[in-house]
Amino acid sequence: MSVFDWVIQLVYVLAASCFVLGLHLMNNPATARRGNQVSTSGMAVAVAATLAIIVHGHGITVTGWVVMIAGALIGGGAGMYAARTVQMTAMPQLVSMFNAVGGGAAALVAVHDYMHAGASVSASTSVTTLLDVIIGSVTFSGSIIAAGKLQGVINSAPVTFPGARVVNLGLAAVAVGLGAYLIASPSTALLIIVIVAALAFGISMVMPIGGADMPVVISLLNAFTGTAVAMAGFVIGNWALIIAGALVGASGGILTKLMADAMNRSIRNIIVGGFGTGDTAAAIAGPTGSVRSIAADDAAIQLAYASKVIIVPGYGLAAAQAQHEVAALADLLESRGIDVSYAIHPVAGRMPGHMNVLLAEANVPYPQLKEMDDVNPEFARTDVALVIGANDVTNPAARRPGTAISGMPILDVDQAKSIIVIKRSMGHGYAGIDNELYVDPKTSMYFADAKKALAEMTAAVKTLVG
Amino acid sequence: MPYPALLVDVTIFVLALWVGFEVISKVPATLHTPLMSAANSIHGIVLAGAMLIAVTANNAVGYVIAFVAAAFAAANVVGGYVVTGRMLKMFKKRPAMPAAGEAPAAVNAAANGSGRKGAAT
Repeated sequence: MSVFDWVIQLVYVLAASCFVLGLHLMNNPATARRGNQVSTSGMAVAVAATLAIIVHGHGITVTGWVVMIAGALIGGGAGMYAARTVQMTAMPQLVSMFNAVGGGAAALVAVHDYMHAGASVSASTSVTTLLDVIIGSVTFSGSIIAAGKLQGVINSAPVTFPGARVVNLGLAAVAVGLGAYLIASPSTALLIIVIVAALAFGISMVMPIGGADMPVVISLLNAFTGTAVAMAGFVIGNWALIIAGALVGASGGILTKLMADAMNRSIRNIIVGGFGTGDTAAAIAGPTGSVRSIAADDAAIQLAYASKVIIVPGYGLAAAQAQHEVAALADLLESRGIDVSYAIHPVAGRMPGHMNVLLAEANVPYPQLKEMDDVNPEFARTDVALVIGANDVTNPAARRPGTAISGMPILDVDQAKSIIVIKRSMGHGYAGIDNELYVDPKTSMYFADAKKALAEMTAAVKTLVG
Repeated sequence: MPYPALLVDVTIFVLALWVGFEVISKVPATLHTPLMSAANSIHGIVLAGAMLIAVTANNAVGYVIAFVAAAFAAANVVGGYVVTGRMLKMFKKRPAMPAAGEAPAAVNAAANGSGRKGAAT
């Protein structure tokens, strides 16, 4: 091993260390920006080392340089444009597209390696090569479908047909079976069939999954991308890729588990499809009692004379684009010395942590954003819980066995002294069951669009307190 | 006795997975979206692999693959870091300015010690 190789390897280790340190610094919002910068430096160093390998090796043709630089410039430019212009509400689509291109690039690395090395590869290399091709292709097509569903280009309802499960299994069997065969006897034509089957499997895997399950799907595809990149590292023998891919795989895995738990679903259950397709939900008697509705003035009185208010935002808030209105109301209440915080359920939004970003964009300071486990004990000391566009995650029925959401972790909104719910109608949440919170005697309902309701409440508080 | 390359690779992979679980389980839910976009940029390291394709490519198919792979991976790297930086910039301890728009309410809290100086990403 030459000195040059030593230096390059050490630089790759440095880059991998930067990735770990960067992720470590993300354990606190105050240091997270530095973490991102550390991670960026690691990437810059890794790219520089790779350029050094290419220059040092002398093997590259002029066309090779042109192709590489043009590709990097065009891709980098597109990534920069998308990152600069994306709306915060559209963040899940963007992350999904980044998963797609990452998986696609990893698959292409393996495809090239396979075609180039041909029959000379050893069996152990071709196992990782084919895993990379299959996982990368599934991630690529699956992530594009997920992004399409999030963007509303593709029907976000579960799309399924009789025998879909058989088709799914068939495609997976073709990809894996042919892949295994290819390890013994390499063939480029068969490799293309493996790729097509894997791409088709990615599509048929995500199509039957409904919009409400997207936080789990994005996290899972993120884990797939990481795994595909790690496999690409095995293929080309690069430890930086292996370590980075493993880190991302771990991250996606953790988030997948957290999201699935927060939605009270097993990962298998989500992939196999369809929420509420069983009959269990229908058998449960709805809550009894009457619903009390409230006017802006009365809501304003409750809020203005409270000493502690917790706001419970759900996706309905983001859908109504009412983040800025809720922040304005919270500012007004805070200026009267009222303690205001936000209770964020893990699945409030379309991807992990989404609601926090939307509220941060509306200038809500992050110490006010409280996680479920931290905020739940506080509800009992809260005068008013203001629920905006959140449904199932506030339903006390989750604490009883025998409902569609039994066992799901919820926000203990019903323990607040009084509750105001802003909602368009009495419609059901994703679980398709009635929310017992709405008929609680302490609850008043404010039927309106979130944006309009919050503006009215803010105005009413202002006139009330002069 | 030197170990086979695959065994070394698997060892590194497994240990990195554990490091990942350990580090990432400490990231608060507040930052899970920036965490995912940061993960996007980190798996952009596949750019190194894409660049090396260009070295061995020697026919049209090879060049097309090298081009697409470089473009995909570069989009990951650049887009991931920029969008993560953009999001993290919004997380402030105290509102920097009285929220634009309505709310004339004088922000009660005294100093706005927010604005971390952030070198451009």
